[in-house]
Amino acid sequence: MIVVEDIHKSFGAVRAVRGVSFTAPDGKITGLLGPNGAGKSTTLRILYTVLRPDGGSARIDGIDVVEDSLSARQRIGALPHGAGLYPHLTARENVAYYGRLCGLSGADLDDRVSHIIDLLEIDDFADRRSKGFSHGQRTKVALARALVHDPQNVILDEPSTGLDVMATRSLRELILKLKQAGHCVLFSSHVMQEVAALCDDIVIIANGKVAIDDSADGIRERTGCADLEDAFVAAIGRVEPD
Amino acid sequence: MQTLIRVFAKEVLDNFRERRALVSALIMGPLFGPVLFAFVINLSVERSLATADQSMDLPVIGAERAPELVRYLSSRNIVVVDGPADRDAAVAAVKAGKDNVVLYIPEDFGEQLRAAQPARVEVFADEANTVADRDARRARNALQDYSRQLAALRLVARGISPLVMKPINVDDVDVSTPSGRSAVLLGMMSYFFIFGTLMGGMYLAIDSTAGERERGSLEPLLALPVTREQLMLGKIAATCAFMALSLLLSLTAFFVALKFMPLEQLGMTPNFGPPVVVAAFGILAPFILLGAALMTLVASFTKSYKEAQTWLSMVLVAPTLPILIVSILTIRPRLEFMFIPSLSQHLLLVHMIKNEPLKLLDVAISVSSTLAIGAALTFICARLYRRESLLG
Repeated sequence: MIVVEDIHKSFGAVRAVRGVSFTAPDGKITGLLGPNGAGKSTTLRILYTVLRPDGGSARIDGIDVVEDSLSARQRIGALPHGAGLYPHLTARENVAYYGRLCGLSGADLDDRVSHIIDLLEIDDFADRRSKGFSHGQRTKVALARALVHDPQNVILDEPSTGLDVMATRSLRELILKLKQAGHCVLFSSHVMQEVAALCDDIVIIANGKVAIDDSADGIRERTGCADLEDAFVAAIGRVEPD
Repeated sequence: MQTLIRVFAKEVLDNFRERRALVSALIMGPLFGPVLFAFVINLSVERSLATADQSMDLPVIGAERAPELVRYLSSRNIVVVDGPADRDAAVAAVKAGKDNVVLYIPEDFGEQLRAAQPARVEVFADEANTVADRDARRARNALQDYSRQLAALRLVARGISPLVMKPINVDDVDVSTPSGRSAVLLGMMSYFFIFGTLMGGMYLAIDSTAGERERGSLEPLLALPVTREQLMLGKIAATCAFMALSLLLSLTAFFVALKFMPLEQLGMTPNFGPPVVVAAFGILAPFILLGAALMTLVASFTKSYKEAQTWLSMVLVAPTLPILIVSILTIRPRLEFMFIPSLSQHLLLVHMIKNEPLKLLDVAISVSSTLAIGAALTFICARLYRRESLLG
């Protein structure tokens, strides 16, 4: 479970995040929705501890991301936006490297890597060097890599960007599988339909603030818009600019 | 520690698979110096040995005015050939590089000679042309010798011993040893060793910092449950490993290349057998940590692969500076120099090539100061890796 309380983050004069709070429970899919530059990535980067918040706090399964970032990272599988692979390693080696860094070794590591390669349907290209991979293949391997240590919480930053229909479908299926297995899934997107189709809970962010936090139906109701896209526009319109 | 080893293993494997990097690290870097050296030395030995006994053509204007001189020149293996038509043509021919040197004998040469007055001849040469300069010097030397011979004959004719012309007899006593003489030429090698060492780790230093950031693999790596210091130390360790390999290859390549250099013909016997190779490795080894940390540090500041390459090529040149400054200013080696990395290694290597015993204190200062600076740079790297802006 991920609990975010009033986090702030500025880069120089730019106030990227100004008071974001939400909860992403286990066994649920939480979508972070917002226009470009709304502060989605910054929020997620604070959660997977690459950035430190200026104020507020965030806890992963009760562990504070600032005070004990190492333990927090142990419980997170993160897929940053545009994550790259090592082109000279095979897909399997890329995944195994992360497994090793997470403390797996020997038969445990092999089992875990094989399992995750099965789960993500990477078999076909698992032993090819990742240099010539398509965008969809790269995303799958990057995701496999993030999940290799079986983290309870999965954070995905715009995972579907640039994926074709088939790849998007299999990504969606995987996210649902993770939800069924009881994981906490938090992902960001700027595609309304995708979020609506998948998420139990939608957090709409604009100008570094939470505009609305509810289920898809709840959002329709509260904004008075039957169409989710209209609801999205109405919601972000409520947030005053910085 | 386990993380460090795992990062190390991955970086080494990764680098071994990058063929272009491997070629530059393990072939270009180590072989560049020795091959260049073998080539240049072979060429210069060949030329300097060839010139003495090779006959040389000397265009002369007015050769018929000095038949004795022409005969003398031919005894010096200088063949007199017909020169340009006149003085102006001689200047033009030398300027155009058609002739390396032209000797002009004026009409009154015989007359002046008979009158025992200094007889004037002119040597046309282009001082700026280094190739021609050798021929010009040879012609001038021959003329000087001829002049001295005539002077001696004149004195004898007047019943005076030619020895009056030589009040002081200067004898040069060369105390240098064959290995000492070789150090003049081979001292430069130490820079090639340092260059080869740095080349060995350059690609990895860039790839594991700027490269990792550029391809977007740094952020997911930092999101793993490992500390950033361990990641950084693993990367520096891998860079060190490649640099050590590259240094070893550099030394071996030089050892082999020496066998193909005709140094004995120059009166040089460098002291560079297998024991010296091992000792040289030991002396240069501390520089590996310093170089790896420095390159990683510099590459960490850059925003892209390209930018990192630009900055690191400056790092490649930097170690020459202390060596150059000291040799240009011809400062005598002092104990303080042992505190300066690259210079201290250079001085110790020159000592070894000269076959002089190394002072323990010198070695101790060189090793410890270089290691200390390397450790300090590694520490700064670790601090840098903690910064958020690392991700760019």
